[in-house]
Amino acid sequence: MDLTIVIVIEMLYAVASLALISVGLAVVFGMMKVINLAHGEFMMMGGYATIVAVNLGINVFVAMLIIAPLVVGLIGLVVERLVIRHLYGRLVDTMLATWGLSLFFIGLATIIFGNTTTGISTPISGLAIGNYQINGYNLFIVVVSVLLMIGLYLVLGRTRLGLIARGTMQRPDMASGLGYSPERIYMATFFCGSALSGLAGAILAPLVGLVPTSGGAYIAKAFITVIAGGPSLIAGLVSSASVFGVIDRIFTFAMSPVIGEVALLIAAVVLLRLLPQGITARFFRGRM
Amino acid sequence: MQGSAGKDVITTLIVAAVLVWALPLMVGTYTLTVLAIYAMLGLSLGLIWGFGGILCFGQAAFFGLGAYTYAIAAINTGESTLPMILAVMVPGVFAALLGAMMFYGRLGDVYLGVITLVVTLILFKFINSTAGPQYTIGNARLGGYNGIPGFPTLNVPGRTDLSIWGDGLYYFCAAALLLVYFGVTWLLRSPFGRVAVGIRENETRMSLIGYDVRIRKTVMFATGAAIAGLAGALFANWGAIVTPGLFSLSQSAEIIIWCIVGGLGTRFGPLLGAAGLGYLKFLLGQQSMINNTMLMGLILVLFVLFLPRGVVPAAMSVWRASVGRPRRAGRAGAVRRNRRKDRVDG
Repeated sequence: MDLTIVIVIEMLYAVASLALISVGLAVVFGMMKVINLAHGEFMMMGGYATIVAVNLGINVFVAMLIIAPLVVGLIGLVVERLVIRHLYGRLVDTMLATWGLSLFFIGLATIIFGNTTTGISTPISGLAIGNYQINGYNLFIVVVSVLLMIGLYLVLGRTRLGLIARGTMQRPDMASGLGYSPERIYMATFFCGSALSGLAGAILAPLVGLVPTSGGAYIAKAFITVIAGGPSLIAGLVSSASVFGVIDRIFTFAMSPVIGEVALLIAAVVLLRLLPQGITARFFRGRM
Repeated sequence: MQGSAGKDVITTLIVAAVLVWALPLMVGTYTLTVLAIYAMLGLSLGLIWGFGGILCFGQAAFFGLGAYTYAIAAINTGESTLPMILAVMVPGVFAALLGAMMFYGRLGDVYLGVITLVVTLILFKFINSTAGPQYTIGNARLGGYNGIPGFPTLNVPGRTDLSIWGDGLYYFCAAALLLVYFGVTWLLRSPFGRVAVGIRENETRMSLIGYDVRIRKTVMFATGAAIAGLAGALFANWGAIVTPGLFSLSQSAEIIIWCIVGGLGTRFGPLLGAAGLGYLKFLLGQQSMINNTMLMGLILVLFVLFLPRGVVPAAMSVWRASVGRPRRAGRAGAVRRNRRKDRVDG
C-alpha cells in the first residue's frame, strides 16, 4: 500500500516536472511557432539567478518564484528584440539562431560562474509514508505545476489579454487591423515564455547540481514533449508529459534511470513517427 | 559538359596538390589532419542539407558511430582494413534504417530535426552509461564516460607492422578527403544528384513527375552518414581514443555552424567552414581570454542574422558582380526560399 502511494507520487512528479520543463517552450512554440533551442539555457540562467539571490540573503521562495522569472524574462526580452524578431516565420532559421544563443549563454555562464557545480539545499524537508521516505520538494513541484497549468488555462482562455494573444497568433493581420500591435504581443509572449523557462529552472535548481551546461539535459525532453503534444497548447502539454513521464518512471523502476531516459526518447521517436502532427492533432482536437 | 567536368577535375587536383604540399609549411600536420577530417565531416552534412534539403541535427551521431565502430572492430581484429570498411558501412546502414523510418513517414523539417537530435542523445546517454565490465563487444570494453583507448591504428592493408601515422596519416586523410570530394561531385552531377536537388527545391513536383522521393532521400541521407562515418574512423585514428563526447550535441552544433558559415548549396563552403572554424578553435584553445563555446554561438547567431547564405556563396556573387558576368540564380538562394516556406509545416 505504502509502496503504491510512493509510486503514484513518483509518477505524478515525473509528469509534473516534464510539464514544468516544457511549459516555457510550449508557450513560445505553441503561440508563436518559434522553437527556442536556448530554452535549456534560459532554465539554467533561472537556476543561477536563484542561487545568486539566495546567496545574497533573499528568501528562497521569493528568489525562485519572483526574481528568477523576472531576470530570465528580461534576458528573453533582450534576445527577442535583438535576434528573434528578425526571424519570425522562418522556423529553421530561428532554431539555428537560438542554438547559437544557447552556446553563447553556456560560454557566458562559464565565464561568470566557472565550470563548477553549484547548488542550494532543498527548502522543504522529506516526509515519511509508512516505511518509505519521500522527498517533500517533489510534492511542491507537483503543486506548482498544477497551479501553473490552471493559471495558464485561465489567462489564455478566460481573459481578454489571452484572447488578444491567441487572436494575434492566428491572424496577425486581422489583429493589427483591429488596432493591436502584433509586434508588441509577440514581444510580450516571448517575455512570458522566457519567464516561465526561468521559473522552471529556478524550481528545479535545488534538485540538481547546476553547471553551465545543465540546460542540455532539459532541452531535448522539453522539445519532444512540446512537439509530441501537438497544436493544442495545454492539452498537448499535459497529455504528452503524462505519456513520457509514466514511461520514464516505469523503466526507471524496472531497470535503471538511464534506461528510463533512453526509453523516454525512444518512445518519443516512435510517437512522432505514428502521430507526426502530435497527440492533440488526433485527439482533443480544437481544444486549447 | 563532359569537357568542363574534366577540366574541373584537373583544376581541383592541381589546387588540392598545391594545398596539401604547401599547408604543412605553415601549420603542423597534426593539426592539418584533424582539419581535413573536420572538412570531410562538414562536407557530409553539406551534401545532405545543402543539396538534399535534409536538415539533420544529429550528424555527430554518425561521426561517433563511425569512430566507435572502428575502435571496437580494430580491437577485435587487430588490424585496420576491415574496421575502416565497417566504420563506413555501419553508420550508412543505421542512417538508411533511420532515414527510411522518417522519410517513409513523410515527416516535416522540424520533426526530422527533433528525431535526429533525439537519436544523437540516445546514443550519447547509452554510451555514457556503459562504464561497467558487462558492456563488452568481443574483446572491446565500451568504457562509458572514459571511452575506448588503445586500439590498433591505421596500417597498410595486410601488413599490421606498417602503421600509418604522423605525416603519413595526414596524406592519407587529405587523399581520402579529395576522393570524397570527387565522389560528392560525381554524385551531384549524376541524374540522382540532379533529382535530389530537384527534391530540395520542390518535393511535391518531383514526386508528381514520378520520382520516388522517399527512397532517394533515404539513400542521400545514408550517403551523408557513410561519409561522416569515414570521418569518424579517421578521427579515431588521429586521436587514438574515442569518447562519448563525439556524440554530444555541441559536436552536432559545430557541424551545423560550419555549414552555415561556409555556405549551403556549395561543395566547397562546408569544407572551408569546417577547416576555417576548426583552425580558429585550435587557435582559441591556446588562450583562455575568450570562451570558445561563446564565440561559436555568437558566430552562428550573427551568420543566421546577417549572412545566412554563408561566406562562399556571398563571395561568389560579389565576384560575379565585380567581374560582370551574368548572374545565375544562386543555388543557396533557392535553399533560403525553401526555408522561408517552412512555416506551413511547423
